[in-house]
Amino acid sequence: MIPKKLDLLQGTLDVMVLQTLSAMGAQHGYGIARRIEQTSGNQVLLNQGTIYASLVRLQQRGWISASWGTSDNNRKAKYYSLTKRGVKQLAADAEHWRQLADVMGRMLALKAEEGK
Amino acid sequence: MTIRELFAKLRSLVGGVGQDADFQEELQAHVEMAAAELMRQGHSAEEARRLALVRIGGAEQTRELQRDARGLPWLETLMQDTRQALRTLRRDAGFTTFAVLTVALGIGASSTVFNIVNALLLRPLPFRDAERLVWIVAGKGEGLSAATAQVNNLLEFRAQSRSFEDIAGYFAFYGVGDSMMTGVGEPERLTRVPVTENFFPLLGVQPVLGRHFTRQECVDNGPRVALLSHGFWVRRFASDPAIVGRELTLNNQPVTVVGVLPASFDFATVFTPGSQTDLFVPFPLTPRTDRQGNTLALVGRLRPGVSVGQAQAEADVISKQIREANPNRNQLEPTLQVLSERVSGAMRFPMLVLSFAIGVVMLIVCANLSNLLLARSAGRTKEIAIRAALGAGRGRILRQLLTESLVLSLGAAMLGVVLAVFATEALTRIDSLSIPLLQEVRMDGAALGFTLLVAMVTGIAFGLAPAWRLSSPVLHSALKESTRGSTEGSGSAWIRRALVVSEVAFACMLVAAAGLLLRSFTRLLDVDMGFRPQSAVSIRIDPNRSYDTQEKRNGYFDEALARVRNSPGVVAAGLTDSLPLRGSRTWGFAPKGREFRREDYPLGFVRVVSDGYFAAMGVALVAGRDFTPADTATSEKVIIVNEEIAKKMWPGEDALGKIMRTDRPDRRVIGVVRNVRHLALEKESGFEFYLPVRQTNDWGSAMLVVRGSRSAADLAAAVRGALTPLDATLAAAEYRTIQGLVDRAVSPRRFLLLLLAGFAGFALVLAGLGIYAVVSYSVNQRRQEIGIRMALGASAGDVRREVLVQTLQLAGVGLGLGMAAAFVLGCVIEGLLYQVTPGDPMTFGAMLCILAGAAMLAGYLPARRASRMDPMEALRAE
Repeated sequence: MIPKKLDLLQGTLDVMVLQTLSAMGAQHGYGIARRIEQTSGNQVLLNQGTIYASLVRLQQRGWISASWGTSDNNRKAKYYSLTKRGVKQLAADAEHWRQLADVMGRMLALKAEEGK
Repeated sequence: MTIRELFAKLRSLVGGVGQDADFQEELQAHVEMAAAELMRQGHSAEEARRLALVRIGGAEQTRELQRDARGLPWLETLMQDTRQALRTLRRDAGFTTFAVLTVALGIGASSTVFNIVNALLLRPLPFRDAERLVWIVAGKGEGLSAATAQVNNLLEFRAQSRSFEDIAGYFAFYGVGDSMMTGVGEPERLTRVPVTENFFPLLGVQPVLGRHFTRQECVDNGPRVALLSHGFWVRRFASDPAIVGRELTLNNQPVTVVGVLPASFDFATVFTPGSQTDLFVPFPLTPRTDRQGNTLALVGRLRPGVSVGQAQAEADVISKQIREANPNRNQLEPTLQVLSERVSGAMRFPMLVLSFAIGVVMLIVCANLSNLLLARSAGRTKEIAIRAALGAGRGRILRQLLTESLVLSLGAAMLGVVLAVFATEALTRIDSLSIPLLQEVRMDGAALGFTLLVAMVTGIAFGLAPAWRLSSPVLHSALKESTRGSTEGSGSAWIRRALVVSEVAFACMLVAAAGLLLRSFTRLLDVDMGFRPQSAVSIRIDPNRSYDTQEKRNGYFDEALARVRNSPGVVAAGLTDSLPLRGSRTWGFAPKGREFRREDYPLGFVRVVSDGYFAAMGVALVAGRDFTPADTATSEKVIIVNEEIAKKMWPGEDALGKIMRTDRPDRRVIGVVRNVRHLALEKESGFEFYLPVRQTNDWGSAMLVVRGSRSAADLAAAVRGALTPLDATLAAAEYRTIQGLVDRAVSPRRFLLLLLAGFAGFALVLAGLGIYAVVSYSVNQRRQEIGIRMALGASAGDVRREVLVQTLQLAGVGLGLGMAAAFVLGCVIEGLLYQVTPGDPMTFGAMLCILAGAAMLAGYLPARRASRMDPMEALRAE
């Protein structure tokens, strides 16, 4: 049986990428994808390829930067890291998500009480 | 999207290939890392690699996703479509050239017409808050005298009016070329317009150099000062920045330049189209100028928020009071009109007609191209079917095909703009065209925007139907089943026939409209003008200041006329103070002994002429005698009247010998001449009378009219040569032909006619091509059928006849619809017609012949081809 996965809201992936880079420091695309999978407990398994569309988007917005480097097992790979603007953006996004999650939580709790 | 992002995306559009390679490498690394991890989990190398690709969601898909995210997908598609369209169009160079030329001509003409309409009707007049400017016609009746105001009337009206911020005026009887400038290079006749002190400030025109007139300069015998028009300053003084303060010599008197008006202000183009003004002088509002009678053409500026209707209502009340308080003064009875309405109002309707005509032309262009594209589409179904089979959706194919027609029309628009720039430039260069605001006609941003819009709409209009058909999925499946060239699908054939029918109908309308205008024009030229404009020229020969008494001036005239009449080639010569179709001065007059109420007092156009004028102008003397040199101040005062006066004032009697009063003392009628159309060729003459130049000083200029057997230039040279000993400045005198006056008077009509005729011709050619294309195509489609019938015994003549009948059926439907539409159009433009009815049988007959002829020709060529077909060949081609 294929476990049911969570659909990602528009823009959610971008925040996940930023947060991952913030937590792990410079990382390559595969690393970021794996970390998101692991962190979510494999609940949001995306097509790993979509990570690259997100990376291009973030790069073009100036929130992350990229450079070629060498991986742990001596493989050439492109490494991404947060820029100053990226750090700021992540702070803003994180705050937004926290508020949204908070509100959603309360809303759902309210509905449960009424149901009684 | 932020600017930064947009730039990043545009950058990535440019450097596509490098980025793909870069990403390919990144993706490679990803897959290798993923595979390595999977192998550590126990998968085989092959399986690990497969799984890695699955998790990534497919290498190609990922690449596609990344490419879309980094670039502008719609722009890339557009560029791809454009490249594809250019390739397709290049492949069919013949079609492309024809299509681009057709559309370019259409768009060039549209955009030229737009430029004219824009200047005349859309753009505000080149004045500050032009919508508040009002033209004030001071009285009722024909002629300048009736339309102008007396100074005291202006002063009182202005003082009492609450609706107007201010009212200004210019002296309407200024003479073209009545200032002789000497002292700088060649002597030159200039046109100066006296204006009131507030004239320029009221219009909101600021001098680019110097200043406005001051109060001290606008008094009787004040300092002699002038403002120069920009054109004159540039032409004569090479834009000399130190011109202000310089002294010019005009009519032997010093005049100081106080300023130069801006290039944006062109007096003539607004107030007196087709002429030129060089400088402006102050016109004082004093008892002296009041005594000159009606002199001022008035322009007022309304207070903000006051409507013309309100101002008119107030003006009616005020002017009534003024009239009642001053029964002996010239009567003020103002009619207000928005200035732009007065300037270009008469051109509004012709412009609408022209716009409509060009719209029709564009419709024909679209129909024609649509038709051609439909014909071509048969040859492209395979290509499109393949695209559809490869997964292109209908929307995608539609977009591709529309891109093609848009590329075509935009390319044509580029060529069209170039054409329009030249055409517009050429238009404004036509000096003899008396159309207001012509100098304002130019290609501007609005015109470019308009052109772009027209190009887009055109491209979609002619491309949509063919694209829709070609992208139709039904068509593809049908084609897959049968590749045999069968008869055209009925739907497409129906569209194509409808297109041709409408083309013919539209062409009908244009040809008929042009025909009606042409007939009007020839009727107008055939009108009995009362004078013969051919082989006559006029030269201005005002006596200079040394002839300071009437006796000396008469001597000058005697001498000048004698010299001119003795020059080679001269048949007749005479003087006049006003040429036909130019000025129009009116005086009150009455047969002696008849009383008129003030409001019924007859007004007549007055001209001051010499002996020989009637012969020189070709005005026939009906009864009595011409003036002679003996009609001087000391002899009996005489007058010559036109037939209209003789008929209306002395009905059933002989006018000769009757006494008429106009100026003092009364005059005896010694001759009757033909009526002369003095205001416009379309207008009856009304009352006209002539005074002998040797008996009055009331004239502003002396124009010599010479009739001769030589060319105008030779005649003018002979006259100049004859007069130079008398006055050296006449060596450079400019001449104008009398025919030129007539040409100028009919120039707006001619202009409209030429444009419409051009459009009609273009439409005719396109309609003919449209018919040809449809018939020719259907003949090709029916090759086998025709082949079979010929094999069964049909003769070449039968086949030819049948194709021709088919053509005429097509054209006949178009002609029927077109005739009806043309008649409606004729009724709408009746105001532009002259002595021609909207359903003029001759015009419609000619139009029918022309269009039927064009249709026959268009049908004959394919018919001949069909009849020459070898039946065996046609059948074997299976």
